[in-house]
Amino acid sequence: MSSTPGPGLTLARVRGTVGWGLFAAALLLYPIVFADAFYRDIGVTFLLAAISASAWNILGGYAGQVSVGHSMFFGLGAYPPLLLYTLFGWSPLVGVPLGILLSIALAMAIGMPTFRLTGHYFSMATIAVAELIRIFVSTWAFVGGAIGLQGPATARGWWDVTFRSELPYYYLFLAVLALVLAVTAVIERRRFGFYLRAIKASERAARSLGVPVRQTKMKALVLSATFTSVAGSLYALKTGFIDPDSGFGILVSVQMVIVAALGGAGMLFGPLLGALILIPLQTATNTWFGGSGSGLTYILYGGIIVLIARFEPGGLFELWHRLAPRRWRGGDAA
Amino acid sequence: MVVVQVIVGGLLLGAVYALFSSGLTLIWGMMNFINFAHGEFVMLGMYVALLVVLWAGGGPAVFGIAAALALFTLGVGIYAALIRHVLRGPMLAQILSSFGLALLLRYTAFWIFSANFVSLPQTSLAGTLNIGGIFLPIAQLVAGVAAVTLTIGLHLLLTRTTIGSRLLAVAEDRTAAMLMGIRPDRMQALAWGLSAGAAGVAGALLATAYPWSPSVGETFGLVAFVVVALGGFGSVLGSLYAGLIVGLIQAVSAFWLGAIYKDIVVYGLFVALLWLRPQGLMGKA
Repeated sequence: MSSTPGPGLTLARVRGTVGWGLFAAALLLYPIVFADAFYRDIGVTFLLAAISASAWNILGGYAGQVSVGHSMFFGLGAYPPLLLYTLFGWSPLVGVPLGILLSIALAMAIGMPTFRLTGHYFSMATIAVAELIRIFVSTWAFVGGAIGLQGPATARGWWDVTFRSELPYYYLFLAVLALVLAVTAVIERRRFGFYLRAIKASERAARSLGVPVRQTKMKALVLSATFTSVAGSLYALKTGFIDPDSGFGILVSVQMVIVAALGGAGMLFGPLLGALILIPLQTATNTWFGGSGSGLTYILYGGIIVLIARFEPGGLFELWHRLAPRRWRGGDAA
Repeated sequence: MVVVQVIVGGLLLGAVYALFSSGLTLIWGMMNFINFAHGEFVMLGMYVALLVVLWAGGGPAVFGIAAALALFTLGVGIYAALIRHVLRGPMLAQILSSFGLALLLRYTAFWIFSANFVSLPQTSLAGTLNIGGIFLPIAQLVAGVAAVTLTIGLHLLLTRTTIGSRLLAVAEDRTAAMLMGIRPDRMQALAWGLSAGAAGVAGALLATAYPWSPSVGETFGLVAFVVVALGGFGSVLGSLYAGLIVGLIQAVSAFWLGAIYKDIVVYGLFVALLWLRPQGLMGKA
């Protein structure tokens, strides 16, 4: 796309690195500067949205397999911590790896049949599986039915991961986000990352060039499901409550898609940019319009998705690269 | 006797499923485009019927035609403003466009009409027929018969008329159709109008017999996916059979297992279908 500088130290590359360094510092300092619980809560919500959208991005963005049912993994991550607590009084932490295992198992099960489906068909299959699980969970009393599950009200120790302050959650979430982005950054540079982009560009062409399409897609799905499951667990740990809609609901999937697509699907920092814009916007509509605000939020989401699709499918990063004068662009996210 | 009643009720509802699904399959077959907002078209058809009855009055014929025209116009408008531009764009843009549209329509409806369930005021279709011990609400009977007639009408339009041949020609080969003097853009706009119009009439028919809220769009959208996956992508006649089958399965499973399980059975069937026959039950490999 833009003139990617070769190896060696160019001014643009230095500027890009400094820019991202400043951004990282801002993320680290944010909850200390904005110590109010309200702002810290926005920060935590932002991080969670960025984590889930980055997880979705591995499959939906890089490999171009647009899942609109990723809430199935989010919910599978969110339920076990609170279920094990409710059943046995165990620390919610125990449920996190269980959620990951379940998500991987589901990813492999749906990966086999649905990956023969491409494009729209894959999207449709994911939406149906997520919806099936949501309805099933809301009729199953063992996992709380339509009412849902609750976590520990007061912490018995640090291992309950139940804090009064938002601060520990903020840094926990920030660490997970850093991990997801680091893994994605590594993938971007490895052969696997090139395979993913080849599949996105043309599955048939990729196959004819010797890309192991099925395995690559399956790996991307499993990786994406794992991180999405972790995001779900984090949500459950923080809110201490989960029900079928907040775990498996279609709007959970929608948020991942729109956050990633707004910033730039298939770009490392796309989901971060998307969350940076959408989460404050969502908070603002909720604050201004009160209880009915959430409905307005989704009208807004729908409008934004339509506008992205119509005018800028590459997201805001691509818009930036097209519009910004050359010398501003730097070597940041090309 | 109860079982017969359940079966007949399921088939009548299934006929309406067939009608709106035939709209989805038309777009799907012609443009290889899955409209995630199709269920929302059905939902809008229901509200158009309600508004016409409240403001202007009139019988089912009046609000049925009103819903068809309103949604036909909306479909053409959406094609011209949005779909035309994304059709040859990246896959992500195609999926996002109709998905965003679904959210936009669904939550705008929530905003305007609230989440409460509504139903049409008493129409001329109130009352129940007793045919040999089977009790049939007249509204359901009329809706079912009208839906079957319209679906067959759409099938005949596509297979027996010049307009239909032109539509199919564009579906077959856009460039070749253009060389024959057919304007693909017009035909595709027409297809969107027909598709949304079919959903709109189906919505108006459903409104005579069932209460609804803005969230029904999601349910009907998924039902349409199931019907099309079962009946084959692009086949109106396939939709007719599959719609009747899905309606029947829903009614029978609601009767035997309880109402909450009817959606589980239908979506489970869908997932199983995708698993075993990703190209559709009657589709080609």
